[in-house]
Amino acid sequence: MAHSDGITKPKTRRSKRFLETREPKLLENVKNAMIMKGGNTSQTVTQALKDIYSLKKPNAVLYKKKNITRPFEDSTSLEFFSKKSDCSLFLFGSHNKKRPNNLIFGRLFDFHVLDMIELGVEKFVSLSEFKISKCPEGTKPMLVFAGEAFEMDNELKRLKSLLIDFFRGPTVPAVRLAGLEHVLHFTAVDGKIYLRSYRCLLKKSGCRIPRIELEEIGPSFDLVLRRTHLASDDLYKLAHKQPKALKPKKKKNISHDAFGTKFGRVHMQKQDLSKLQTRKMRGLKKRKGEVVAEEEQRSEPKVAKTES
Amino acid sequence: MAACSVEELLAKAEQEEAEKLKTISVQKELDLDFDVGNLLACDKNRIESRDFKEQKKEDFLRALARDNTQLLINEIWKLPTERVEEAIVAKLPEPATRLPREKPPPKPKPPTKWEQFAKLKGIQKKKKTNMVWDETRVAKNEFNRLKNIARAQKIKTPGVGLLPRTKQSKDELSRAVSVAKTSTASAGRFQDRLPKEKPPKNAGKRRKFEPLIGDFSSEKQKQLELLKVMDSKRPKLDITKAVNKQMREEDREEAASKRKGRKGGAAGRPKGKGGKGKGGRAGGGKAGGGGKRRGKPGKR
Repeated sequence: MAHSDGITKPKTRRSKRFLETREPKLLENVKNAMIMKGGNTSQTVTQALKDIYSLKKPNAVLYKKKNITRPFEDSTSLEFFSKKSDCSLFLFGSHNKKRPNNLIFGRLFDFHVLDMIELGVEKFVSLSEFKISKCPEGTKPMLVFAGEAFEMDNELKRLKSLLIDFFRGPTVPAVRLAGLEHVLHFTAVDGKIYLRSYRCLLKKSGCRIPRIELEEIGPSFDLVLRRTHLASDDLYKLAHKQPKALKPKKKKNISHDAFGTKFGRVHMQKQDLSKLQTRKMRGLKKRKGEVVAEEEQRSEPKVAKTES
Repeated sequence: MAACSVEELLAKAEQEEAEKLKTISVQKELDLDFDVGNLLACDKNRIESRDFKEQKKEDFLRALARDNTQLLINEIWKLPTERVEEAIVAKLPEPATRLPREKPPPKPKPPTKWEQFAKLKGIQKKKKTNMVWDETRVAKNEFNRLKNIARAQKIKTPGVGLLPRTKQSKDELSRAVSVAKTSTASAGRFQDRLPKEKPPKNAGKRRKFEPLIGDFSSEKQKQLELLKVMDSKRPKLDITKAVNKQMREEDREEAASKRKGRKGGAAGRPKGKGGKGKGGRAGGGKAGGGGKRRGKPGKR
C-alpha cells in the first residue's frame, strides 16, 4: 500500500490528503461500514441490507455483487476489502438452508477481525412498508438498550458494544435539540433481540422538557443470536488502548477521598513560630499598669545588687 | 375567607405542577444508565415475559421505547444549551462508553535532521516569500531526503562519497580519492600514486585521547611531572622562542609597510623608522617579557 512519507510519495495534494485521512490518528474518524452479500441471498436479506445501509448512510458502502466467502472460516477477503475501502465495520448477509436469513455484524481493528456476531432474522418489516415520512439521512440516532440480558450475558454485552459502534454515527460536541428525531430501540427478551426504529415527536408539555410520542418508521427486526467469534481478551484490551495525549490532564495538588470529598494541597513558606498569632485570651492581656510594675520589679533587684 | 382561598390556590398550583410533570415523568424500578455523549440509554429493568406475551408485542415494545426515550430526553434537556444561528443547541459531554479504536494509536515520527537542529538552536518557523527555483538545491534536497529515510528505516548508507552536485569542490574530490585509495585490503599501502600527486597531508586521526581508565602508572608519572614543572619556578614562556617570533613578525610588518611605502610614497617611512627606533630592555632573567635587540641572540 502506498504510504505517505515512505518510498512512494503522493504526487498531488489531493492524494496526500487522501492518505492522511486514512492513517492512524489521535482522534479517529467515524467508522465506516461495508455491507456485502454472500454466495446466496434471499429477498429478505437483500432488503434488510439495503435498509441498514440507508440507516447508516453516508458512513457506509453497499456492495452489489455477491462474494463467495465464509467470514467465520476465512476472514482474509474481508480484511482485504476493509483495507481497500478503509472500513472498520462490516455487515455480511447470506442465506442457506442451515442458516436462513443470516446477518453477520463485525468490526475490525488494524484491518484484522476483532469481533463477529451472527444473527438470524426471524421477522423483518422493511422501510418501504411503513408509509410514513422518515428522518433525514445522517441524523444521529438515540440508542436505547432494554433488558437485563444485555448486562448479564457476555455475548450480548459484546453485541451491545458492537451495535453501539455500528449505529452511533459521528461524535459531535453539540446536538440541535429539535433535531433529536431518530430512536433505535433494542430489546433483549426471551432469548431474542428486537430492533425497532422510531421517529420522535416532541410534544408540548407544561414545562421546558417536551413529552415524547413515538411513531414507528424504520425497519423492524426480530433477531436471534447464532454463532459468535469474539476477540481474545488481550486483543480486546489492545484495541481499547488510548494514546496518552488523549488522557485528561491531571490537575496538580487536587486529590479525591474514597467518599468523593475533594482535597486540595496548599504549599506554605517557612513560618516564624515566635511571631505566630495564636488565640487571644482577654484575661491574660497585658495592661499598662502591670507593665510598669514589672519594669519596677526588674529594676529593683539590680539596684539592690549595686548597693550591696 | 381570604386564607381559605390562598390555601386553595396553593393546592391548585401544586396539582397543576404535578400534572405538568406527570406528562414527562416515568416510573421505573431501576434508574437507567445514561451515556449522553453517545445519546445512549441502557435499561436494566427486568422485562416480564408474561407482560410481553399478554399484550401485543408491538404495543409493548412501543410503550417501553416511549418511556425510555422520555427518560433519555429528560437527561439531554438537563445539559447546558446555547444558541447557534437560530437553533438551540445542547452541548454534549465526552462519550463515556469505551469502544475499541479502529486503528492503533499513531507512532511519533522521528524528527528530521533539520528539526533536530532547529530545536537545538531554538529556531522558529518563518513564513517564506515566493522562492525562485534552484536546480542545484533540488538534487541536494533529494539526497538529504533519501538519507533521512534511510536513517529512519535503519538502512546502511555509504559513509563518504560525492554529493550529486553539478560541480564538485577540490576538497571533496581529493577526499573521495583518498577514501577510495585506502579502501583496499591492505589499507592503501600498495597503491601507486599518479606522477604529480602529492602524498596525503593529514591522513589518520587528528587527535588522540587516552582511555578513561588506562595505564595507572603512566597517568601517575604524567601527574608527577606536571607537579614538578609547576614547582620548578621556571618560566613557562621560552624566551628565545618568543623573541624569535616577535622578530619574525616585525620583519613581516616591515616588508608589508615597505611595499606600501613604495606605492604610497614617503608617508610610509616614518612609521617604519619609529618601529625600528623602539628600544626595549634586554630580555633575560626572570622578568620575562620579550626584549628587542637588533642582533640575533645565540641559541641557548
